[in-house]
Amino acid sequence: MRQTRQPEVAVIGAGPAGLAAALAAAQAGLGDVMLIERDLELGGILPQCIHDGFGSIVFKEALTGPEYAQYFIDMVGRSNIDVLLDTMVLDLTAERKITAINSRDGVLEIEPKAVILAMGCRERTRHQILIPGFRPAGVITAGAAQRYMNIEGLIPGRSVVILGSGDIGMIMARRFTLEGAQVEGVYEAMDHPGGLTRNVVQCLQDYEIPLHLSHTVTFIHGRKRVEAVSVAEVDADFEPKMETERRIPCDTLMLSVGLIPENELSRKAGIEIDPATSGPVVDERMETSVPGIFACGNVVNVYDLVDYVTQSAEVAGAGAAEYVLQGRKREAPIRVVPGRNVKYVVPQIISDFDRDISFYFRVEHPEKAVVTRVSADGEVLSQKKAKMVRPPEMVKAKAGPDALKDGHKVSEIIVDVNAGE
Amino acid sequence: MNKHDFICINCPLSCSLELYEEGGRVQEVKGADCKLGEKYAAEEYANPRRILTTTVKARNGIVSLLPVRSTEAIPKRLVRDAVRALAGVVVEAPVKRGQVVLKDILETGIDVVASRHLGKMPASSEN
Repeated sequence: MRQTRQPEVAVIGAGPAGLAAALAAAQAGLGDVMLIERDLELGGILPQCIHDGFGSIVFKEALTGPEYAQYFIDMVGRSNIDVLLDTMVLDLTAERKITAINSRDGVLEIEPKAVILAMGCRERTRHQILIPGFRPAGVITAGAAQRYMNIEGLIPGRSVVILGSGDIGMIMARRFTLEGAQVEGVYEAMDHPGGLTRNVVQCLQDYEIPLHLSHTVTFIHGRKRVEAVSVAEVDADFEPKMETERRIPCDTLMLSVGLIPENELSRKAGIEIDPATSGPVVDERMETSVPGIFACGNVVNVYDLVDYVTQSAEVAGAGAAEYVLQGRKREAPIRVVPGRNVKYVVPQIISDFDRDISFYFRVEHPEKAVVTRVSADGEVLSQKKAKMVRPPEMVKAKAGPDALKDGHKVSEIIVDVNAGE
Repeated sequence: MNKHDFICINCPLSCSLELYEEGGRVQEVKGADCKLGEKYAAEEYANPRRILTTTVKARNGIVSLLPVRSTEAIPKRLVRDAVRALAGVVVEAPVKRGQVVLKDILETGIDVVASRHLGKMPASSEN
């Protein structure tokens, strides 16, 4: 039989974003918060991220992923948040109707006053980057390898080639090495590492794992199991230089070639998606284009720090609580425009410029000795010096309406990066 | 003075550090955005250390592995041996976060502890 539930807020996904959003909504005064998770336990991807480096901003210490998750899981355990585990959300409408299913309750109709999307992101696979060759076993994404090795206790291969130098890819290169597998090398099509420099140092250099920049995999050999891959240098247009092609015997090709926000439900609800982030367009309270539906964490854009995911979730949770308790009329939004050397900015719009806002952005290319700036209609609201900005490392800038000289109505905010003096 | 280049791994800022030493004595560290960077460069020059993170087998847990960490960074040269030393360790669920899994690993004076709570697998029911 179908049951209908009407919580004040329903949070979809209980990874770091969902946990923090549910807690923030409860702390802001809501007594009926529902947290829906498809896995058997809370924490999302964090329980398998056993390495340290989480929490440098939120906790001011370097925690492992499970430790970071445990803090929020314990907080949820002490709250009266209604947790639904092993429950899959199948549908979401613009009227905020959720259809979910589990084997205890059957089909659930959930009609919350507000929804927070916290589904996280998904890995790019072989099929999204079109590697030629056969389709043998042994081609695996970094996150899947991480799940096998850190949760299930299985090693996916003994001799590994890695394509892509994303953070999880480099972390798994170290993990494979420590578990006794041979990592032949990491191949990266770009001319710079995809992940953070600290991981190049502590995951690759520490273990003498070669990083081949401007290289890609050109063919996967092996009918049943991977037997080898061919690699080649690429030119400036990422086209392989076939004269440089060479064959490397291996039994596993691991891919760390990017993450994509998981927005199937957002699309079903008709939420506007930003092509630059592949996530919903959000405002300063993390509200999407559909009233009452908020979004946070990697569903919005792939953050490189879980701390930023938590911060975005706290904004969304508080925003959803405010929406439920006070209602909200949004005026014509102020556009937030990426300026010089800025690829994109979150939030993309500001509905009410009534508070300090954290702008998260990525640069287009590395640049030294810069000043990052937030300005409103030509008036600088805040600026900050940075020694170095790099595309893999998200930049954060804060600005608020108090800096406006005459408090006039703003029509456009520009975030840009300029050469420092 | 001799110069040694390091990239700080304390946080994602990844500061490029230049350490200057004279006869093994550190004179100056340039390029650090915070005190951690200066300390890191000096340590990385004299005795590099890393936090150890790996897993150990868990019996009767809701999952079969328990993630563990060293409470402090251990000498980098001992990381591989430490992982080997932990390969034979088996813990019995339930486990609490912070519970000591291996005391004084490789006589470093540093303990290895559980990174999470690990619940006991519920006894299987009839159906």
